[in-house]
Amino acid sequence: MPVIHITNRAGAESTLEAESGISVMENLRDNDYEIDAICGGSCACATCHVYVDEAWAAKLPAQDDDEKGLVEDEPTYKANSRLSCQIEMTDALDGLKLTIAPEA
Amino acid sequence: MSEHIVIVGAGHAGGTLATQLARAGDRFRITLIGAENWPPYERPPLSKQLLMGEVPTEKVFLRPESFYADKGVDLRLGTEVTSIDRAGKTVTLAGGESLAYDRLALCTGTAIREIPVVGRDLPGVHYIRTIDDTLAIREKATPGARVVIAGGGYIGLEAAAALRKLGCDVTVIEMMDRVMARAVAEPVSRFYEDAHRAEGVRILLETGVAEIGGNGRAEHVTDSHGHVHAADIVLVGIGVVPVVALAADAGLAVDDGIVVNARARTSDPDIFAAGDCTRHPNALLGQTVRLESVQNAVDQARCISNELNDKGADYAEVPWFWSDQYDLKMQMAGLPAPDDEVVVRGDPDSRSFSVFYLRDGKVSGVNAINVGADYVRGRKWIGEGRTVDAARLADTEIPIKEV
Repeated sequence: MPVIHITNRAGAESTLEAESGISVMENLRDNDYEIDAICGGSCACATCHVYVDEAWAAKLPAQDDDEKGLVEDEPTYKANSRLSCQIEMTDALDGLKLTIAPEA
Repeated sequence: MSEHIVIVGAGHAGGTLATQLARAGDRFRITLIGAENWPPYERPPLSKQLLMGEVPTEKVFLRPESFYADKGVDLRLGTEVTSIDRAGKTVTLAGGESLAYDRLALCTGTAIREIPVVGRDLPGVHYIRTIDDTLAIREKATPGARVVIAGGGYIGLEAAAALRKLGCDVTVIEMMDRVMARAVAEPVSRFYEDAHRAEGVRILLETGVAEIGGNGRAEHVTDSHGHVHAADIVLVGIGVVPVVALAADAGLAVDDGIVVNARARTSDPDIFAAGDCTRHPNALLGQTVRLESVQNAVDQARCISNELNDKGADYAEVPWFWSDQYDLKMQMAGLPAPDDEVVVRGDPDSRSFSVFYLRDGKVSGVNAINVGADYVRGRKWIGEGRTVDAARLADTEIPIKEV
C-alpha cells in the first residue's frame, strides 16, 4: 500500500496508508484530514488545495488549464500548489509528500 | 461531561457538522439522524456521474459509512424526527423514542416540488433528489428510451445531458422563454439551448406540462400546446421547497426557510440550522437569502461547529455554484438581479467565455463557462464590492487580472 506523508494546517506530520486508484483528495477526505472538497472533486472549487513537496511536483501528471485557472488566483497560491482532486493516487507515488494549504 | 448535540438531517450540512464536531473529541456526543437509508452523501453527482453510471454509488458518500461509528457518532439512518419539545429539550422520533439534547441542529434541507398536474402520481414519474431516484432512472435509461423532462433548470439540463450520453431520446419542456431563466442571463441561456440542441436534445420553450397520462403508468406527456409526447421516462425538475415543518410546529421563526442569524442560530438559543433549509443574512450581499447549494451547506455547518467550539464568527461568504453539462463546466458566483447590467467576455462559439453582472458598476455575479480564472476573479470582486469598467471587462485582449 503506498503511503502519503502529510503536514496538516497546524504543522503536524503524519503518514497515511493510501488507496491507489482514487484521488489524493479522496484519500485525505476519507481519513478525515482537514480539506473541504466542497465540489466533490469535479474541479469546480479550490478547497482541496495542497502544496506538493518540490521533489514530487515533477512526478505528478501535469496540471491542466481548468485546475490552473482555479488555483492560481487563490491568495494562498504557491508555485507547488495543486488541487488534490486532480491527482490520482498510484503506487508510483508511494511516499508522496504534501502540506495541506491554509483555508482560503 | 459531553454536550449532546442532536443533528436532524444527514445530508451535506448534517454530515459536515457531525464530522466537524467529532474533531473536538469528548467535548461533544453526537447523534446524526437521517430519514434516508444512506449515510451522508453528495447530491450534485445524482444528475451527473451517478446518473451516467460512471461511478459506483459509494463514491458519492461524504465519508465511508464506517467513519461515523469509528468517530463515535451515533448515526441513525432511515429515521424520522416527528417533533421538537423546546421546553423539555427533547426530540421525538417516529416510533416514539425520545432523545434529550443540549443543542439541536436542524439540517433538514429541501424536498422536491411536485408537478401539480393530473397524472403526477402515476408510477414512472421521476424526480432527482436522492440516490434511489437516480438509480431508478438509470435502470430505465437504455439507448433509445424516450425521456420527457419537465423543467429546463439545472436539474433538467444536467439530466438531459447525462441521459443523452446514455443514448436516450430527450425532450425538455420549459415554461419560461429560455432555460435556466431564474439563474442566468439571456446569453448564457441561449448558449446552453444551442449546446443541447446540437447534441440532439429537443428543447421546447414557453411550454408547460398540461397532463401526464398512461395505462397504469406514465406513458405520455401532453404539453400546454396540446402536443402529446410518448415517454418511457418522465422526469420532473421544477425546483424544491425548504423542509421547515418541524421548526414551524415547534414555534421557531420560519420565512421561506428556518430563520437563523449570522451564527446559524434560530429564534431558540439552543437550536441551530444549516443548509438549504435556512433563511439567513448575508452581509456581503446586504440581504437575507435561502441558498440551495453545497457551499452554503458546508460553510453554515462549519459556522455552527465554530460557534459550539467557542470560535464563532459571523458567516458571510460569496455564494458560489457550479453546473456540469457535456464538456461544459459552468462556475457561478454571486446572486445577480434580473435587471443587472450584463457583460459578455469572450466568444460563446469557442465554448470558453464568461458573463459578468454589474449593479451600479459593481460586480454582482459571474457565470464562467470553461474559464475558471474568470470565475475566481469574479468571485473575489463580488466579495470586495469592486467596481469594474464594463468595456475593459468585455475586452479579452486585457487579461482578467488586469481588468
